[in-house]
Amino acid sequence: MYAYDEIDRTLVNERVEEFRDQVKRRLSGELTEDEFKMLRLQNGVYLQLHAYMFRVAIPYGTLSSQQLRRLAHVARRYDRGYGHFTTRQNIQFNWIKLAELPDALADLAEVGIHAMQTSGNNTRNVTSDQWAGVAPGEIEDPRIWAEILRQYTTLHPEFSFLPRKFKFAITASEHDRAAVKIHDIGLRLHKNAEGETGFEVLVGGGLGRTPFIGKTIKPFVVGSDLLSYVEAIMRVYNQYGRRDNIYKARIKILVHELGIEKFAHEVEEEWQQMRDGALKLDEDVVEDIRARFFYPAYEKLAHVPDELRKAAHDPQFEAWRKNSVFPHKVQGYSIVTISLKPVGGPPGDATAEQMDTLADLADKYSFGEIRVGHEQNLALPHVAKRDLPALWKALDKAGLATPNVNLVSDIIACPGLDYCSLANARSIPIAQELTRRFANHDTANLIGRLHINISGCINACGHHHVGHIGILGVEKNGEEFYQITIGGRADENAELGALIGPAVPYGDVADVVEDIVEAYLVLRARPDELFVDTVKRLGVEPFRERVYATR
Amino acid sequence: MPLVKDGKITNDEFVHLADDAEIPGGGAILVSSARFLGDAEALSRREGRTGVIWPNNRDLDDLVAHLDRLAVVALVFPTFRDGRAYSQARLLRERHNYRGELRATGQVLRDQFLFMLRAGFDSFEVKKPADAEAFANTVKRYSVFYQPTGDGRMTALHRRMMLRHSESASQ
Repeated sequence: MYAYDEIDRTLVNERVEEFRDQVKRRLSGELTEDEFKMLRLQNGVYLQLHAYMFRVAIPYGTLSSQQLRRLAHVARRYDRGYGHFTTRQNIQFNWIKLAELPDALADLAEVGIHAMQTSGNNTRNVTSDQWAGVAPGEIEDPRIWAEILRQYTTLHPEFSFLPRKFKFAITASEHDRAAVKIHDIGLRLHKNAEGETGFEVLVGGGLGRTPFIGKTIKPFVVGSDLLSYVEAIMRVYNQYGRRDNIYKARIKILVHELGIEKFAHEVEEEWQQMRDGALKLDEDVVEDIRARFFYPAYEKLAHVPDELRKAAHDPQFEAWRKNSVFPHKVQGYSIVTISLKPVGGPPGDATAEQMDTLADLADKYSFGEIRVGHEQNLALPHVAKRDLPALWKALDKAGLATPNVNLVSDIIACPGLDYCSLANARSIPIAQELTRRFANHDTANLIGRLHINISGCINACGHHHVGHIGILGVEKNGEEFYQITIGGRADENAELGALIGPAVPYGDVADVVEDIVEAYLVLRARPDELFVDTVKRLGVEPFRERVYATR
Repeated sequence: MPLVKDGKITNDEFVHLADDAEIPGGGAILVSSARFLGDAEALSRREGRTGVIWPNNRDLDDLVAHLDRLAVVALVFPTFRDGRAYSQARLLRERHNYRGELRATGQVLRDQFLFMLRAGFDSFEVKKPADAEAFANTVKRYSVFYQPTGDGRMTALHRRMMLRHSESASQ
């Protein structure tokens, strides 16, 4: 956890008061809706189909139990008793009243939570690996750098009115859980040949209407240069990014139109002029941020405790353990993923009661810490293995032990037409239907790792391009249709999925997905060849033949 | 449109001169970049003060050579959502050491005052009179700043280091 100091708290409080004044001026008519729109967006407030939606940042996916309880409080006091965790380590509340927003923000500010720049054409919440700091084999905790970036990007005087939104993600593990290749700037901590730690900087990744995988702009930037290099990229983008067409305004289009070499050259030229300026990060400054992350005092525990041995006889516990419990860097501890994908439920939703329960369980079993991942699940990052059986029982009682992490029903989906004013089609009911189709745990296990991603429109909030199976809702003559892609992935081998055939109507989507999965079971070389690997090996064609033969 | 300069509403001495209007020998004028570059020499020699309105999509390179003879550089926010002039302002102040008046024009609204100040603007053609009147209070909204810019405000990172050092010195 990062502990806010008086300086951080002051800034968040000042932001709340500024927003309170802005809301007041809007309600009195002093601000037009056009003027207010960007101001509210910069504080995470959207006007959706039915109400205002409020998006709160969970920087690099780390929450304390106290913070989670406060999110539960906001859900209960200002909303309808639940919240929705998104693919970018945010939580959204869907039924907020504008006049009450400043109070909700003030309640959150008390525990160091804010909604700054969760929307708008500025730098968004800096995301990271939800296992940061606990994953075995990590180079170092990427959240230290994510926090430095969070501070650097917050209320940046030069970059608060960029051509379009701008997203950072950072990872320090070989296996990328932060999807850095589909971000405007992706950062990968690694060691160079001399054994020094630095960043591979990727730029121009992103999904939406024109998806691109990020390209490496600089293979190695040392930590002390990180902010100056980032500022050089942003300055080039702020000046030359397109502003004539909202769909061509992201940095990925600038990088694509200039070509990565030319873009890199522009950035280098800018960087050389300011790299030794005020943005240079001294080691003691970094150390100061590092020192304010605190880590649990782990006990010396057995690798396989008796409690775990005993519980192994319970097949239900084992089913859950096998797909929810992951190795921790400290012996005797585990990382536990909490599925927010119950059968028939909207992906990523949690009720206020569930949030409170999880906060209590985090206090009891995870040193008071909770993580949020881009897969719209939560995690308890420091669970002693001996506590796993007791934790499982408690989670199960709260409806939080669905044993489907990384399986076919662990679906990522945007809110879609049920809430969102941009959507063309529904996402949640498609996800709900698919979870019912694949509710049988044994079948799901047989299928193995398979990620389905659903977006209700081309803006791709459900990251459909990088789903192993991607589903995109479109509108055709007033009806909901869905384009289906296969073979996408968001990890270190990120790839965009390929279209499998013509779009299908709402009622056919679940059938088509079932057919794709059936085709995979026939086509895979071995039971442990993952869906995405089979697609890679064979291409789309054999799937298309099987799925569309009778359509 | 009220002009705020050095934090106060002031009388604007500069006249925005249309491109086809005759250039007066005396008096303070603001001319377009095209007109200025068309006759930079003559304009620099005139008795009255001269300023230029520089568009946000034109490179600063053409302007840099003339900076020391200009009384005002006016940068443009066609809408407040277009933030290109923030970069231009910082470059003029921090890279090209421009010390004259740096004026924000266009859709200049209250909620951007502080960003503009931090980027180096020191005068503001404010769209709404109420915003101009609120200038002094608005720019006091924040006491903490995370980024170093040329405005000299101490960043949070450095304030922390100073606090740490004074804590350890007093122990």
